[in-house]
Amino acid sequence: MKKVFTRPESFNDIPMHYCPGCTHGIIHRLVAETIDELNMVDRAIGVAPVGCSVFIYNYIDCDMYQASHGRAPAVATGVKRVVPDGVVFTYQGDGDMAAIGTAEIVHAAARGENITVIFVNNAVYAMTGGQMAPTTLMGQKTTTTPHGRESDANGYPVKMAEMLSTLDGSSYISRVSVHDPKNINKAKKSIKKAFEVQMENKGFTMVEVLSICPTNWGLSPKESVKWLDENMIPYYPLGEYKVPAEV
Amino acid sequence: MRKKLSKVLMKGNEAIGEGAVRAGCRYFFGYPITPQSELPHYLAKRLPEENGVYLQSESETSAINMVYGAAGAGSRVMTSSSGPGISLMQEGISYIAGAELPCVIVNMMRGGPGLGNIAPAQSDYLQAVKGGGHGDYFVVCIAPASVQEIIDFMYDAFDIADKYFTPVMVLADGILGQMMEPVEFKENQEMELPEKPWAANGKRGRESKNIINSLYIVPEDLEEHNFKLKDKYSIIEEKEQRWEEYYTEDAELVLTAFGTSARVCKAVVDKARQEGLAVGLIRPIMVWPFPQKAFDKVIHSAKQFLTVEMNTGQMVEDVKLAVAGRRPVYFTGRPGGMLPIANDIFEEVKKLMSGGAE
Repeated sequence: MKKVFTRPESFNDIPMHYCPGCTHGIIHRLVAETIDELNMVDRAIGVAPVGCSVFIYNYIDCDMYQASHGRAPAVATGVKRVVPDGVVFTYQGDGDMAAIGTAEIVHAAARGENITVIFVNNAVYAMTGGQMAPTTLMGQKTTTTPHGRESDANGYPVKMAEMLSTLDGSSYISRVSVHDPKNINKAKKSIKKAFEVQMENKGFTMVEVLSICPTNWGLSPKESVKWLDENMIPYYPLGEYKVPAEV
Repeated sequence: MRKKLSKVLMKGNEAIGEGAVRAGCRYFFGYPITPQSELPHYLAKRLPEENGVYLQSESETSAINMVYGAAGAGSRVMTSSSGPGISLMQEGISYIAGAELPCVIVNMMRGGPGLGNIAPAQSDYLQAVKGGGHGDYFVVCIAPASVQEIIDFMYDAFDIADKYFTPVMVLADGILGQMMEPVEFKENQEMELPEKPWAANGKRGRESKNIINSLYIVPEDLEEHNFKLKDKYSIIEEKEQRWEEYYTEDAELVLTAFGTSARVCKAVVDKARQEGLAVGLIRPIMVWPFPQKAFDKVIHSAKQFLTVEMNTGQMVEDVKLAVAGRRPVYFTGRPGGMLPIANDIFEEVKKLMSGGAE
């Protein structure tokens, strides 16, 4: 029988710590598939964030760093400057990147730092117990917005892909989702394109990935997928926000 | 043998830059702050000549995290700042200590707390020698007192960092950074930098991946890591204590001072000796590990100790620990960017030696 689907070689065969229904595993897998397909496991260097995905350094079989909260783009900058032929990526959540790490991500993009950022947006701080994130939607209930996010107290959700695409140093910026197979395929293509742009030394690349968090949303995985489709995508439109001319 | 070359006149801040380049440092990440500006100015020109990288970061927080990345990738890397910026770096320094990465951090100390001022001070001593950030760690801390020492110690700073997988801080003050002195460079020779098979710079055929990390989620594992660090610090404390003795053999009153304060104290010792007073000086060159051995060595003749600092009394705590109650320990100092005056210290010395301590 012909084998049509298998674990990527750069994806370690160990149990994952994620909650049932979490989409981090899918996004990890897309990164690992890309590493395999671009034949770059020997050159790939990843930087893990603080948050649920901190243990990505255990799951992907390339050299890895664990960075302090929000600082992954600065760590990646240091690595890339020493190892210019490395394929350097960060993997960050919305609390990590869109709150405490805004200075680092904005200036890595402004410098046109030749790295790839996988930005996982699930609209909540998950590891610490479901607090409001900078990306939490208006009206969304979290453990720190028990009556729903209100603009006069908490302001408005941050649209990172749109914001970073205004910077001249950004080369490829997109927003994708992994809430259904069709979108997973699109996400894969976008992640691969981001890495390819980096490998052509074209500057800063980021893929924002909308992701579900059934545990902290208080919904079943199935309900979470529906919630993402109906609430997140209208506020965070999918698509490519910046593409280098030749790609 | 390294051949001695003729002397050149150099500013302390520039000497740090040149010393670092000669010690094999090729990467510098930093954020502007006074009074260390001549150092980034120098390296912005100098590092590209050596195919190195000078990068101005968006903050000191970012600078130290760039250092974390560059150190993890196996390079000799440095950052520099002054008080307020060093405070911002403490998070990153803690991670670097936890992940056991070698790097050099320069603190050209100024007056604090808060924005304080930009005048020379020794106000960050305790922050520097007691770890500084969160967690259970120490940073090796070297305190030059002249521009020549800056040049010489840059080699040591990078070597110690690599040898013990630890951040090393060069703790100086604005005076040392700003003043010019004649210095001699050793003839450049081929540097043999240590192999770093642990570096995370891409697997490149390596069988297993390298991970740079300070996370030990299982308490048993973190305890083991903490004890491993402790063992390392014990070895450093045993092997790396460094100090200068100045007329201590028969000294009844022993001054203790580091950096610029020690230079003032040498003038005090000279004056005291001229007047027949048995005064000496212990100058810690390493302020962490603190030179405990120097104090054990002089305790037979020393009747009392006077610590002189450009702050309101920080190193005096370590002097008291080293003397361990065997003799009285006194303090005098000038904070806020003011310099201790030799005559004032001498008056203090005379008062103490005539039994007139308050």
